[in-house]
Parts: sequence; structure tokens; C-alpha cells
Amino acid sequence: MGDPSAETQRTLYPYVTGSSVVALKYKDGILMAADTGGSYGSTLRYKSIERLKPIGKHSLLGASGEISDFQEILRYLDELILYDNMWDDGNSLGPKEVHNYLTRIMYNRRNKFNPLWNSLILGGVKKGQKYLGMVSMIGVNFEDNHVATGLGNHLARPILRDEWHENLTFEEGVQLLEKCMRVLLYRDRSAVNKIQISKITEEGATVFPPFSLKTYWEFSAFKNPTVGAEGSW
Amino acid sequence: MSSIGTGYDLSVTTFSPDGRVFQIEYAAKAVDNSGTVIGIKCKDGIVLGVEKLIASKMMLPGSNRRIHSVHRHSGMAVAGLAADGRQIVARTKSEATNYDSVYGEPIPVKELAERVASYVHLCTLYWWLRPFGCGVILGGYDRDGPQLYMVEPSGVSYRYFGAAIGKGRQAAKTEVILLSISIVGFLLAFRPGRLDQCMRILSLCSLGVWGGEIEKLKLTDMTCRQGVIEVAKIIYGVHDEAKDKDFELEMSWVCDESNRQHQKVPDELLEEAKAAAKAALEEMDAD
Repeated sequence: MGDPSAETQRTLYPYVTGSSVVALKYKDGILMAADTGGSYGSTLRYKSIERLKPIGKHSLLGASGEISDFQEILRYLDELILYDNMWDDGNSLGPKEVHNYLTRIMYNRRNKFNPLWNSLILGGVKKGQKYLGMVSMIGVNFEDNHVATGLGNHLARPILRDEWHENLTFEEGVQLLEKCMRVLLYRDRSAVNKIQISKITEEGATVFPPFSLKTYWEFSAFKNPTVGAEGSW
Repeated sequence: MSSIGTGYDLSVTTFSPDGRVFQIEYAAKAVDNSGTVIGIKCKDGIVLGVEKLIASKMMLPGSNRRIHSVHRHSGMAVAGLAADGRQIVARTKSEATNYDSVYGEPIPVKELAERVASYVHLCTLYWWLRPFGCGVILGGYDRDGPQLYMVEPSGVSYRYFGAAIGKGRQAAKTEVILLSISIVGFLLAFRPGRLDQCMRILSLCSLGVWGGEIEKLKLTDMTCRQGVIEVAKIIYGVHDEAKDKDFELEMSWVCDESNRQHQKVPDELLEEAKAAAKAALEEMDAD
């Protein structure tokens, strides 16, 4: 702040950003979904960015926001997990611990006015206990049964509040996530139609290959949108 | 080989008139007095084994680890002064993570061995430092396959397919000489008349193995699973019941089966190895 060279190091605005991530707890663990797009401002520049990554044996990380900061966070976590593995003491970091570590990183960067411009979702299962948490770029963190980042908070969470319940099966969970992602695809201009879903259970993490959602554009109101008001668009 | 270096052995920066640095040789003695440490390179990986002499019956089994992972793909077994060993392991871990963060790939084992050797050697160059009193066997699995290196307190490091340090390494030294001669003889068949080339091939293969049992093993055909059993047998074999107290066997491997990650040998395999080793001992005693 006082040091002139520090000015050039501060994050002022994000460049390549990922859009919303949505996640929920289900019977066996956590399900998380995100699209694979990276926007460069208003241009949908990168179409195949993986924003859901397994962390260690017990956790899954999803991020929206600046992609380069996400990659940096992955490096921090990689080192964290490596040192944990090298102890070789039969114990391994669980989702709660990783979530706490991330919160510390995000909050401390924010205090230096140099945030990592991400909203992170950290979910996992350890010893049968499911955990799902979120950390924002200013270090706000909380846990819940379903979480989302960015526009997902406004478009997906209301759906989840109505339709989520304990002990969703895998198929029900995926259907619910697809419903949320479809709404985001229709309404979020930075969404791309290439979705990735990942799950984490006691057995481990799986990131499924990307797929496209079926969309319907034949709604009569869309077909002739100006029928009621000539001259508008 | 114990000669007193009267006067020339006070500092690691002093050569003796016959060109020896006694402090380094004394450091090597610290390694020689520790429990045996063995490493072998099998067809599909590396196996490391340590004869952990138990200082007190009150120590918890499984504590005082002598084998450490230094990165995902490599591990290090330490013989000699334990505290010095801890320092070397810490430095090695740091070198490995630093390489990974700069070059984006796991450090090649050859590179890691060079860095460890340089670090150990460093401490033999200044009068205000003392040499490390420990030797290290480093095993890892990288793009060029499994590799085994040994670093001594003098800072030399060679690549081996079988290595041993500590008390029991002398266990079959004569067998080493016999086997070396027979190997040279074997090589002569391919290079008739070229004794010099055969000797060079032999030394390049760095058959500087002190546990002669190791050479009896056909390592090129052996998998790590079998290697674990053999290492256990050797360690049980070289353990001196009369002179030493009880010991605990610690083993680790990095091989295709462990997904090229360095980890402790799984418990059931370790038990199997111990049982086989004890059985082999009884057979020998019975003769």
C-alpha cells in the first residue's frame, strides 16, 4: 500500500473467469457441477476449462472466478497434500481441514488488499461424515447442505431450497444439479453448454467427462417475442 | 582400517600426509556402527529395508521412522546419527518440492541424488561445520524407471542395483569378491581378451555392494513383492543376536504395484516377509 512496487502486485480485477459452481450433499457424499467455460470479459474465450478438482483422498474443490488464481490455489493445496502424505502416519487431511486452510489463505490475502479472486466450494467425505463448505474471495466461509457461487446463489439455491432433501440418491442428485445448471445456462450470459459433474464418496472422487444439456428454445414467447409490443426486442 | 591420525584428524579441513581426511573417515565409522540398511532395485521398483535396533523396550513399535518419503515418487532410508539424518531428509524434501514448483515435474532421482550429495559434501569443506554422521540410501521411480542411489558422509554418491550400509554390510564381503571375479569372467566371454573393458563394465555397474547376499539375488527378474521377502531374509540373516538387542524391521517400496508412489510395505506383505525370514533363519540354524 505504501510500497510502490507492491501496487503492481495487487489483484485489481479478474481477467479469465469461470462462472457458477453448484454443489449439494446426497446420500453417499457430495455432488458438484460446473460448466467448463472461461470468459475473457464478455467473450466466451475458453470452452474446456476443468474447474472441479479432487484434493487428496477426501475432498473435491470447485472454483469460480479468476482461473489463474484457481491454479495457484491448486498449487498450494498440492503442496499441503504432499507434506501430509509424507508423514505417512495413517492419517490424511479431511474436507473440514482443507476448508479451514483455504479460508485462512483467502482471508489473509484479502487483508493485504491482494485477494485471490475466487469463490471456492470445498466438499468431501471422511469416515462417513459428509462436509460441504464455501469460501469467498474476502474470506467469508460457511457450511451448508447445498452451496453455490456467483449467480448460482440467486438462480440455483432457490431451486435447491425447495427440492433438496436428505438422502437423495445419486440419480436424483444429478437430476437436481442438471435442473440448476439448465437455469444458469438459460439465464447466465457467461455460461457455456458444456457441463461437468463430479462426485465424492468414501471410496474416492470421480470427475465425469463433460456433456451438454438439452435445451429448448421453442417456447412461443421466445419465438415471437415482440408480438405484444411492436418495436421492442 | 583404524589408524589414529594423530594431529591430522582435528579438523575436516586438514589433509594427512598420505592424502586422507580423517574427520570424514571417522564420520563413516558412525554409519558403520548403526543398524543395517539395505536397498535393492528390482524389475519393477525399489525396496528399502532397515534393521532398526531398539534402544529401549519402552519404545512404541512403529516410532522413530528410519525410512522417509521425500516426495511422492521417492524415499530415503537413513543409517547413522539419527539427528543428522533428520536434517538430510528435511533438506532433500525441500530440494524435491523446490524442483517440482520450478519445473512442474517430480524431480528426477539422479538430480535428487546429486543435490543430496552436494549438500552432504558441503559440510566437509568448512572448519566450522562437521560432516554428517550418516549415510543415506535413496530410491525413486521416475521417467527412466526405478533407480537406487547411495550417499556417504564424504559426499560421494553412486547408483546401485543393490546397496547396504551399517553393521551387517560386511556380512558376506568375501562372497562379493568371489562373485565379482566370476562376473568379470562371464563378461570376458563377450569381450574376449578385453579384460580392461570387463573391469570397467563391472565398476560402472557399481557392484559396490557390501551385503553379498544381495548379489546372489537375480534382481533383474525379481518383482518388488519377491524383493520384499528377500530383503527381510537378508536383514534377519545379518542381525547379530549375541551382540545386539532386539530389532524392528522397517520396509518401504516404490514400484508399479504401489502406483509408483513411495510408501510403507503393506502390513500383510510385511508379516509374510517376516515369517519367511524367520523360517529361513530356522532352516539355517537347523543345518
